[in-house]
Amino acid sequence: MKWLRRSGALVALVVACIVGVARYEAFLTIENLSNVLRQNSMLGFVALGMTFVILSGGIDLSVGALLAVAGVVAAMLAPHGAVLAIVGGIGAATALGVVNGLLITKARIQPFIVTLAMLIAARGAALAATAEQSISVPSEAAGLTWIGRGSIGPVPVPIVLLFVAYLGGAIVLRYTRFGRYVYAVGDSEDAARLMGLRVDRVVIGTYALSGLLAGLAGVVLAGRLGAGQPVAGVGWELDAIAAVVVGGTLLTGGQGGAGATLIGVLLLGVIFNLFNLEGTISPWWQWVLRGGFLLGVVIVQSRLQRDN
Amino acid sequence: MEGITKRFGAATALNRVDFALARGEVHALVGENGAGKSTLVKIMTGAYHRDEGIMSLDGNLVDFATPAEAQAAGVCAVHQEIHLLRLRTVAENIFLGREPRRWRLVDWPRMNAETRALLTGLGLDIDPQATLGSLNTARQQMVAIARGLSIGAKVLVLDEPTSSLSEREVTILHELIGRLKDQGTSIVYISHRFDELYAVCDRVTVLRDGALVATRPIDGLERIDLVCLMLGKSREALREGVTGFAGHRSHAAVASVPLMRAESLAHGTRLRGVSVDVHRGEIVGLAGLLGSGRTEMARAIFGATPRDDGAMQLDGAPFDPTTPHDAIAAGIGFVSEDRAAEGIIPDLSVRENLTLAALPLLARYGIVSRTRQTEIVTRFMERMGIKASSAEQRIRELSGGNQQKVLLARWLAMEPKLLILDEPTRGIDIGAKGEIQRLLNELADDGLGVLMISSELEELVEGSSRVVVLRDGRNVAELRGEAISEQAIIHAMADS
Amino acid sequence: MNWRRLAPAPEYAALVVLIVLVAMNALFTPNFATASNLWNVLLQLSTVMLCAVGMTFVIATGGVDLSVGSTMAVAGAIAAVLVPRGASVALGAALIGATVVGLLNGALIAWLRVQPIVVTLATLIAGRGLAQIISNDGELVSVDQLFFLALGRGHVGPVPIPVIVALVAVAAAVFVLRATTTGRYVLAVGGNASAARLAGVPVRKTIVTVYAASAMLSAVAGLIVAARLGASDAAKIGQNMELDAIAAVVVGGTALAGGRATIGGTVVGALIMQVIATSFNMLLVPYSWSLALKAAIILVAVYLQRGKRA
Repeated sequence: MKWLRRSGALVALVVACIVGVARYEAFLTIENLSNVLRQNSMLGFVALGMTFVILSGGIDLSVGALLAVAGVVAAMLAPHGAVLAIVGGIGAATALGVVNGLLITKARIQPFIVTLAMLIAARGAALAATAEQSISVPSEAAGLTWIGRGSIGPVPVPIVLLFVAYLGGAIVLRYTRFGRYVYAVGDSEDAARLMGLRVDRVVIGTYALSGLLAGLAGVVLAGRLGAGQPVAGVGWELDAIAAVVVGGTLLTGGQGGAGATLIGVLLLGVIFNLFNLEGTISPWWQWVLRGGFLLGVVIVQSRLQRDN
Repeated sequence: MEGITKRFGAATALNRVDFALARGEVHALVGENGAGKSTLVKIMTGAYHRDEGIMSLDGNLVDFATPAEAQAAGVCAVHQEIHLLRLRTVAENIFLGREPRRWRLVDWPRMNAETRALLTGLGLDIDPQATLGSLNTARQQMVAIARGLSIGAKVLVLDEPTSSLSEREVTILHELIGRLKDQGTSIVYISHRFDELYAVCDRVTVLRDGALVATRPIDGLERIDLVCLMLGKSREALREGVTGFAGHRSHAAVASVPLMRAESLAHGTRLRGVSVDVHRGEIVGLAGLLGSGRTEMARAIFGATPRDDGAMQLDGAPFDPTTPHDAIAAGIGFVSEDRAAEGIIPDLSVRENLTLAALPLLARYGIVSRTRQTEIVTRFMERMGIKASSAEQRIRELSGGNQQKVLLARWLAMEPKLLILDEPTRGIDIGAKGEIQRLLNELADDGLGVLMISSELEELVEGSSRVVVLRDGRNVAELRGEAISEQAIIHAMADS
Repeated sequence: MNWRRLAPAPEYAALVVLIVLVAMNALFTPNFATASNLWNVLLQLSTVMLCAVGMTFVIATGGVDLSVGSTMAVAGAIAAVLVPRGASVALGAALIGATVVGLLNGALIAWLRVQPIVVTLATLIAGRGLAQIISNDGELVSVDQLFFLALGRGHVGPVPIPVIVALVAVAAAVFVLRATTTGRYVLAVGGNASAARLAGVPVRKTIVTVYAASAMLSAVAGLIVAARLGASDAAKIGQNMELDAIAAVVVGGTALAGGRATIGGTVVGALIMQVIATSFNMLLVPYSWSLALKAAIILVAVYLQRGKRA
């Protein structure tokens, strides 16, 4: 049963792929698979950051808005060079993530409220800074466009970044003190504090990381679209939470991991892809099925947990 | 520690208490609830900060702002409820905060190996890679101690370490304490169990009402004298009785059909067939150590815990509650031992807390009659002497004793036939305690049946007309009349 | 932190903020203090108010309902499609449909003990899709039935009907909270669920009831919006409503942790949000800046109320 909880999403992913191979010729083509990965890479970054936050027992509703901020900042800085644009975009989102963390730990306001407020404020700031228009990336910043559209050898850059991010995330969680402390804080904040951990730093770290990864997603998206859009990433916080939960990370914190989330992201991506290949399923039904799927997963999870 | 004083608002929790711990000594800290033991320990381990007094360790003045600082200095506490990470492995719990690393990455093989070596060195056979939550409480406690030692603890504070251990586990713990003592570790040992104090401790410090009563070598101190020190009574007074039940002897004559009869209740490993019956007008005591199944039994009768087997009767008719709702409808009330977690609704007023169970009786078409509610609230606040600024005061702001009175009134307002009380006087001040005990007597005289769990033996001895003793989820004795004595109960609870 | 002592008592903080906002606007915003504008503020407010009232009950039990916006869309879609068969059929079916969504939320939360945030997140996603499907696969379904349109556009004297509906809901909520067993059970479940269960409170039934009520109130809000638009726009109706409703509740002083509820506070909270939006709009300040101010107000309100929980 334990195995099933850990690997349920993986089994579902394999099944979905088998269905895909069996039913659609177009599924198992490099073009299609690379498309699935590229389209889901940005959600992947956001979901990885969300994984850290949820593992530590928090929640980050502001990721979609931070993503927009990063894209807008990057596009605005693009005339001064791609490096500045990328660093600036990611830096801005990271800074806002730190603000989230500080408000949660120092002002002791619930994560739900803090990040809800940040969602509203950051979205507002992105809209204000751009006068509600999208800002196109000028040709000087070829590096920014490359991040979104380029390839390294045959592999699109976003896919490379996705795997680097997840590999890094998995190593941080498993092999660094910070990673272990994220689990500890999510397990029991009181116990972690009594055992001498600086809980506040760990919490701020997770929100900063979530901001950073949302920023990365924003920059990649801006590169891909060739524009920074203040309305980018609306509702992504929900998709990211769904991916994390579907992967098998517990919303209560302390259990789960980066690999699980990657599987969650891919599973949702592949299912979407199958719908598209089928072609006859309206996008609206896809939403219904997505919601139903999320419900199914959490119901199974709650059953298995209780059996434990 | 010298002249330690701690105040909480206007209340003084500790008043100029001196406490000295020698190297390699096991020092017992005893006192009634509210005596100030836990406050003293929390100051010692950095969880609280003292208002006055000085602390020194190895002759150097120390001042701990956080538990982390105290741990770094070598003072480590192992609490009753274990403050470890349940989802993490044993090795992670022991090394949390100082994981061995190589190239800045956590070195798992070394961490597991060192953990194994440490545990083996302590004579413990625990898998370093097991999840902590999969171990039983005793082993979790051993892990907590091992963590303390691996940090380099010179002073180990064990707060009620045996409250949830089996006898065999207690022996293992005591062996471990012996070994630590030989290595020069000093131990503060808090326990209510006299056998243990006499078995492992060198000296004992007694606190009462936040003040130091005495520090004595435990050899040569008679148990009865230790009890007298704790209670602040002379030997003579102790014999005369100290609870609000004092002087109470016989309850109403026993009718042939019991009010409630429970037979062979079983659930998992906690309840393996326990039986009890309660007659009208009778207070039946339910005794047993923690984990004996006493609380589980009470909850099963109330329908709050499922049962796998067994039968119950109420007034001679079969009775099978599956939810508390059923039991309440049948005329049973239950006061949990954990007032904060399972009793009060903290943010609601005294009024609403008091009438919570009775609401269906006060409402028509779901609309609550304010007049009838007020009438009940006024009546019970008066009768029980509940001290609150008004019925609208939030219950969280009341003292423990007054909260408990409100919870009792919650059931009395239902005019129940049977009241099940789990530790009804735990953690409340002496005055309120006596009042509650006297009230229970009166209620029993009026025909209420009471099933009372208590770990305060004197309360059982003086209050009950019968005492049923449980051990390991089974009945082991039933004492009546003159046969009820502290010795007899202890004997039945502890002996195998 | 001495300045905190100068701040008004937490219970009244939101009210003081509201009064200051209105006073400032009356002085500095042209045309703000006119009857037509005030009715307009209230009209805009009515749908948020309906959802926020339901949300107050949900949050008081310690839960949260993210699906209110989607439920609005579902109700609007059902009604728009069924209007040709008569207004009463349409309204009835819309309310029933939405209530089913609420019952589903409640049942999963109460019986399977899945966290409310996940369950209602799932119904948020699925509900929006469902609304599109019901609207003949994402079409804009227009409505021209007069009785139905009156729900959004009608007036009684000078008072718009949506405002009346919202007021009725507020009054009913106050009554439930003050005078009924259900209201007390809601607070007891949110305050301490285990204690409530041991006192015989029907915990699960109470939880299901609040989610059903939240869905029903959202449905009414959805119908009002559809009637005002004269169409069911399944993509737009109620979008981000969950955030506005939660913000109103929290700013009003109902603690997210559960166990407390103040309908009056929620009304004030919703008013604050609407006054900001309207006045910024009238002052031609970009919408975006009003978002930033909203966020700040949420944070400050919660920060001020925070100290009261031990």
